[in-house]
Amino acid sequence: MSSSTSVGTDEHPAVVLTGITKRFPGVVANSDVHLTVRRGEVHALCGENGAGKSTLMKILYGMQPPDEGTIEVNGEQVRFRTPSDAIKAGIGMVHQHFMLADNLTVQENVVLGAEALHGIGKKARARIIELSGRTGLNVDPGVLVEQLGVADRQRVEILKVLYRGAKVIILDEPTAVLVPQEVNELFDTVRGMQEQGYTFLFISHKLDEVRAIADSVTVIRRGTTVGSADPKTVSSRQLAEMMVGSELPSPETRESTVTDTVVLDVKGLKLMTPDGSRPILDDVDMVVRSGEVVGIAGVEGNGQTELVETIMGMRKAGSGTITLQDEDITKLGTLARREAGIGYVPEDRHRHGLLLTQPLWYNRILGYQTRKPTAKGIWLDTDGAKSDTERIVADFDVRTPGIDVPAAALSGGNQQKLVVGRELSGDPVLLIASHPTRGVDVGAQALIWDEIKRARAAGLAVLLISADLDELIGLSDTIKVMLRGRLVADADPNTVTPEDLGSAMTGAGSTSAAVQETAVVEEGEN
Amino acid sequence: MGHLRGKLLPPALAIVFSLLLCGVALVISGANPFSAFGAMVTQVGKGTTLVDIINSTGIYYIAALAVAIGFQMNLFNIGVEGQYRVAAVIAAVVGGSIALPTGIHTLVIIIVAAIAGAAWAAIPAILKVTRGVNEVISTIMMNGLAIGLSAYLIRRDVFGELRGNNIRTAEIPESGWMPGISFGGGGTMFGFIFVAVALGVGYWIMMNKTRFGFELRASGESSTAASAGGVNAKKMILVSMLLSGAIAGLISLPELLGRDHTFSLNFTAGIGFSGIAIALLGRNHPGGIAFGALLWAFLDKSGLALDNVGVPREIVTIMQGSIVLSVVVAYEVVRRFELASEQRRVGRELGTVGGAA
Repeated sequence: MSSSTSVGTDEHPAVVLTGITKRFPGVVANSDVHLTVRRGEVHALCGENGAGKSTLMKILYGMQPPDEGTIEVNGEQVRFRTPSDAIKAGIGMVHQHFMLADNLTVQENVVLGAEALHGIGKKARARIIELSGRTGLNVDPGVLVEQLGVADRQRVEILKVLYRGAKVIILDEPTAVLVPQEVNELFDTVRGMQEQGYTFLFISHKLDEVRAIADSVTVIRRGTTVGSADPKTVSSRQLAEMMVGSELPSPETRESTVTDTVVLDVKGLKLMTPDGSRPILDDVDMVVRSGEVVGIAGVEGNGQTELVETIMGMRKAGSGTITLQDEDITKLGTLARREAGIGYVPEDRHRHGLLLTQPLWYNRILGYQTRKPTAKGIWLDTDGAKSDTERIVADFDVRTPGIDVPAAALSGGNQQKLVVGRELSGDPVLLIASHPTRGVDVGAQALIWDEIKRARAAGLAVLLISADLDELIGLSDTIKVMLRGRLVADADPNTVTPEDLGSAMTGAGSTSAAVQETAVVEEGEN
Repeated sequence: MGHLRGKLLPPALAIVFSLLLCGVALVISGANPFSAFGAMVTQVGKGTTLVDIINSTGIYYIAALAVAIGFQMNLFNIGVEGQYRVAAVIAAVVGGSIALPTGIHTLVIIIVAAIAGAAWAAIPAILKVTRGVNEVISTIMMNGLAIGLSAYLIRRDVFGELRGNNIRTAEIPESGWMPGISFGGGGTMFGFIFVAVALGVGYWIMMNKTRFGFELRASGESSTAASAGGVNAKKMILVSMLLSGAIAGLISLPELLGRDHTFSLNFTAGIGFSGIAIALLGRNHPGGIAFGALLWAFLDKSGLALDNVGVPREIVTIMQGSIVLSVVVAYEVVRRFELASEQRRVGRELGTVGGAA
């Protein structure tokens, strides 16, 4: 543990959580959690999605009160009613999803809500410049946030909490949005700040990163802390087993099932921003064959979402053609495309996949309202929908007391299993899966991977978009890298590493023989 | 069982709450709430009140159905008021100027009214689909235009005629009337009430058994999920608005075909707005709407008795307003409670721990 230079150093740890329990309807999110964070250390909190990390941090940050247990900061017991109480106690949180206003400047974003500290003028600016150095942010406070890259936006978020006087900084999955190179830069920043006396609580489920940055690790599983470990001596495998309590599933597919039959053929696809100023999709060419999984790698916001929605017909392409099994579907609507045999697992199941307050069987009809077994002509076949939902619940291991409960009552993993089960019914020829295992537990993840593999072996063509590079490399037969609306490189999943992909995703150019650039690399931008 | 509780509890709570509120208002204004409510209840048995209530219920029911179709997909058709006014005047003009055999004449009038209502609703629908104009604004403006249009159409130099002190359209010949059921001194029940019942049954079938109903509900629940599921949002807006307008066009027909046989200055206005309140009260459910319409009609007609006991009739308006407000609040409270208890139940049956956030 590095020496702390801040005033008032004494024996008390920075944060101690004792016996924290938090219940939500239907679940105990945290039960009897114990966590001690020493001053000046980087303390990692590890756990699978849904293990209760986020809830614990919300409790520490005053967003939710614990049902039981105590919080101590610097040796004093505290009760946080709101995040501003936590901020006063010197705790700051950098959320996984940035909370920045794009159309405001860096300074305005930092000062927003904290105007009382240093005003909004020169004093604030001077303070921001002073703190900027600590976060490695090298931009003028007058720059608009929309002009910053992801890594710099994250620094602005850190700057925000420093400006409010935080000494203990919670980083909630800070690397989820970064490519490997940016992760290293973030870690340099964290180490630099650690030397200046800041304490970090680093939340992650990426074990290599945890071992690289943390001074100590606490593992949380099924809502409770199951133990601590020294990252210098523990192996990733041991950590993983602590996290899941069993062996990790692997996305690896064994042998290739790729055939010559082209299922999806995209040619010259273009999509402009609504104001027509710049392309979101720029001349995308792509082929997905029967039995093939084509993975799209890319930093979020480089056109993957738009590519999927254009293929689904939810957005109208500016130009280009989309052919499904020799049928030109460019002009068809979403429903006709689904009827032609496209299954769609959307990236946001709540917004695009489910009718949350409706029962499970009613959700089975969505997207299939014109087809058997859920419809006959203009009439719904509710009996058919119900019995087919029973089938999905059984085959896909959807944990539910019945098919009449509203979709919102299920956990994320079970909701996703229902969506995947639905989209694999009706013999699709193409499955578009956007982040199919995002936010689901390990068991559901393994099942979804298995089902995708099984369908692929049966001749399904799959277009996979994922931010999880391990998932992408493990499942795909072909990987394409997307950058600023273009497919800029092909990668061979047998030989490529996440780091290679990361380079290609940021446009740093190919560093590996496994990544072959397809298009002329654009230069002179920015 | 929990399902039924979630549906029946909120309106019951809302009615009790608004009764209390009106009771307080009555006490403050110096009246005895018990004698006031008592007068309202006993009024039902007097004269034609009961039949009036039934007739009025049917009219409100059609209005609320028209509103509910839009509500199902979060489309606020505030323009029901204007749609039925335009439909009424056009149906009266057409019905008064053609000669057809009995029955067919009536049918033609009904169809003309539905088309006129749909056509008036088509304008805001097309504006919304093509230009993104908010339907609340445009339908409110169309209501204003409807008043002007109907006033113009019954001018004596257009289609109107002067009868006594009243200006009206030509009377529909008897072949175009719809006979009612007479109860002698108890009044005459409109024959169109049966059409209203049929509309309610049709509405239930449409919402629960057809693909269109599914797409309508899906659009209302989540427009993003509906579009990912292949529901064409623009088509749904257009079709549901036209359907809402067509049903709105029928609102005035019970009176037009069963009693007035002409569109005159005595035209009953304001039913479209009551329809909004009743659709809210009935949660867009055909049964709930029927109950709401009945309650509304009861308050309207038996409220007349309040003058006899020296209580201002406007207390009824207070009651109607407070029922709508409190029912909206009560539904939301019960909905959250039900969802939480459902999640608890699922959690308990599966014995899960974890799965936070």
